[in-house]
Amino acid sequence: MSPTKDIIWQGIWKNNPAIVQMLGLCPLLAVTNTVINGLGLGIATLFVLMGSNMTVSIVRNWIPNEIRIPVFVMIIASLVTIVQLLMNAYTYELYQTLGIFIPLIVTNCAIIGRAEAFASKNNLTLSALDGLMMGLGFLVVLVLLGAIRELVGNGTLLSGAELLFGDWASDLTIQAFEFEQNFLVAILPPGAFIIMGLIIAAKNHYNQKIENLVIGNNEKVTISRARVTGESSEA
Amino acid sequence: MSFRVSSSPHNRVQRKTANVMQAVALACIPGILAQVWYFGFGVLIQILIAVLTCLAAEALCVRKRNRAVTPVIKDYSALLTGLLLGISIPPLAPWWIAVIGSIFAIVIVKQLYGGLGQNVFNPAMAGYVVLLISFPVSMTLWLPPLSILSYDISLIDCFMVIFTGYSEQGYSLTQFRTDLDGFTMATPLDTIKTGLSNQQTYSELLNLSIFSGATGQGWMQVNLAYLMGGIWLLQRKIINWHIPLSFIFGLGGLSLIYFLASPDSAITPSMALFSGATMFAAFFILTDPVSASTTNKGRVIYGLLIALLVFVIRNFGGYPEAVAFAVLLANMCVPLIDYYTKPRTYGHVG
Repeated sequence: MSPTKDIIWQGIWKNNPAIVQMLGLCPLLAVTNTVINGLGLGIATLFVLMGSNMTVSIVRNWIPNEIRIPVFVMIIASLVTIVQLLMNAYTYELYQTLGIFIPLIVTNCAIIGRAEAFASKNNLTLSALDGLMMGLGFLVVLVLLGAIRELVGNGTLLSGAELLFGDWASDLTIQAFEFEQNFLVAILPPGAFIIMGLIIAAKNHYNQKIENLVIGNNEKVTISRARVTGESSEA
Repeated sequence: MSFRVSSSPHNRVQRKTANVMQAVALACIPGILAQVWYFGFGVLIQILIAVLTCLAAEALCVRKRNRAVTPVIKDYSALLTGLLLGISIPPLAPWWIAVIGSIFAIVIVKQLYGGLGQNVFNPAMAGYVVLLISFPVSMTLWLPPLSILSYDISLIDCFMVIFTGYSEQGYSLTQFRTDLDGFTMATPLDTIKTGLSNQQTYSELLNLSIFSGATGQGWMQVNLAYLMGGIWLLQRKIINWHIPLSFIFGLGGLSLIYFLASPDSAITPSMALFSGATMFAAFFILTDPVSASTTNKGRVIYGLLIALLVFVIRNFGGYPEAVAFAVLLANMCVPLIDYYTKPRTYGHVG
C-alpha cells in the first residue's frame, strides 16, 4: 500500500480512534444521544485534529524533545478555543447542547496521540491527511452511535438538525416510528456502553472480510494486540 | 459393582441443573397463586409472555451460536429467568414490556456472556432494571389488591388491558388504580416513600386504605407464600441457608435500628421484611447459583451487602423498591468477595 492509502485505511478502519484505539470515549459516550450532537462534536474534533496535526508537523523541527508535550497541549488548546468561539458564534444552540464537551476536546487522547505518534514525525501533507482520516474515523463512529441511540431511544433520526444547519433543516427530522414510551436506556449512558460494545463486536466480526476486500487475500492472518500509537509511522 | 474414577468435587447426591431449576420454579407456585389471588390474573399473563419470549430468545441465540438447542432449553434456566421476570413486572403492564425485558435478559445479559454459568449478572434482575430505567411510568404502575379496587377485573379485562391498554368496559389502568375518593393508589412502599417526603409521619400514612393490616393488605400474604416456597427449597437442600438468612437478618436488623432511632420517618422492620419483593428476593433472586457468591463465608457477606443496599436505597434513595439494583451491585462485588473468602485448602496454611 502506498503511504497515502495506508493512512486512509488506518484512520477509517484498521486503527480507528474510537472503536480500535478506544480513545476519546468520554465525549463519545456522553454526547451521542442524537445524530446531530454526534455530528457536531465529530466536526469540531475533526477540525481540531487536522489543525493540530498540521501545526505540529510544521513546527516539529523546532520543538525541543523535552517539552514537546506542553507545546502540543498548547497548540491543541488554542485550536479548541477557536472552534469553541466559532461554535458559540454560528451554532449557538448546538454549542449549548454540547456544553462542557467542546472545551473537553483538549483532553481527547486521540488528538494528542496523533500529534505525538504521527505529526511530530511526518511532513505537512501526510500529517494533514492523517488528521483528516483519524477525524473522519472518529466522526463516523460518533454519527453511527448517535443514529442507533436516537433511533432505538426516540424513534427519530436527525432531530434538532436546525441546531447545526440553520432553520431550513428542521424539516430533515425523520420520525421513523412512534413509541408509546421512549426506550430511555438507549439514550442514557448505559445504553451508550452497550451499543458501543455491539458496534465493536460487529467491527471485529466483519474485520477479516473487509480487510480481504481492501488489501486483497494474500496477507497472512496473525492475531496480535491492537497497537494504539505509532503503527502507521512505520509504514 | 463397578468402581468409578472421577475428579472432584465428589458429590454424594448428583443433581442435574434441570432438577434444580425445576424445583425453584415449582417453589414459586405458592407465591404466584397468592399474587393471582390478591392482584388478579395479570400476573399469570405476564409470566406467560416472559417465559415464552425467554425460551424463544434462548433457542434463537443458541442456534446462532451453533450449539444444540434441545439440551439448553431443557435445562429450564431460560424458563426460570422468564418466570422470575414475569413475577417482577406489574401485573397490568403493556405486553411489550415483558417482551423487551426477556429479550434483554437472555440475549444481552446471558447469551452474549456465553450462556448459563458464564453470566456476571442475574439475567432476570438486569432485564428488570433495564425496564425500570427505560419505562419508569409503566414499571411503577402496580395494581392495588383487588379487594379494595372500585371495579372488578376479569381475566378478559386483564388480557385487554395488557394488549390494548383498555378493559372491556373501556377503563384504563389509571382508572383501575384510582380509589373511590379519587386518589391514586400505589404499592405500600411507594406510598410510604411519597408520604414521608411530603412531611407526613408513618402513623398518619397507615390510615390510608391501602394499609388495612400492619404491612399493607395482599403484600404480606404474598411474601408469606414466597417464604413457604423458600423454606421448602431450603428443606430440599436446593439452596443453602447462608444467603437468604443473612439477607433477612441484615435487612431486619438495619430496619430495627433505624426504626428505633426515628420511628416516624422509617419503614418498620415488619414492613421491610413482608412488603415489596423481600421474601421473593431472599429465596429466589439472591440464590441464583451463577451470579451469587460461591463460598459459604462469601454468601453471608453477599446477603448482608444486599440487605445494606436495599435498606439504604429504600430509605434514602429515589426508588421505593431496591432489590434489583442491590442485586446487580452485589453481583459486581462477587469476584472480589469470592477471592477473599476462598476456603483454606486441607494441609495448607492460610
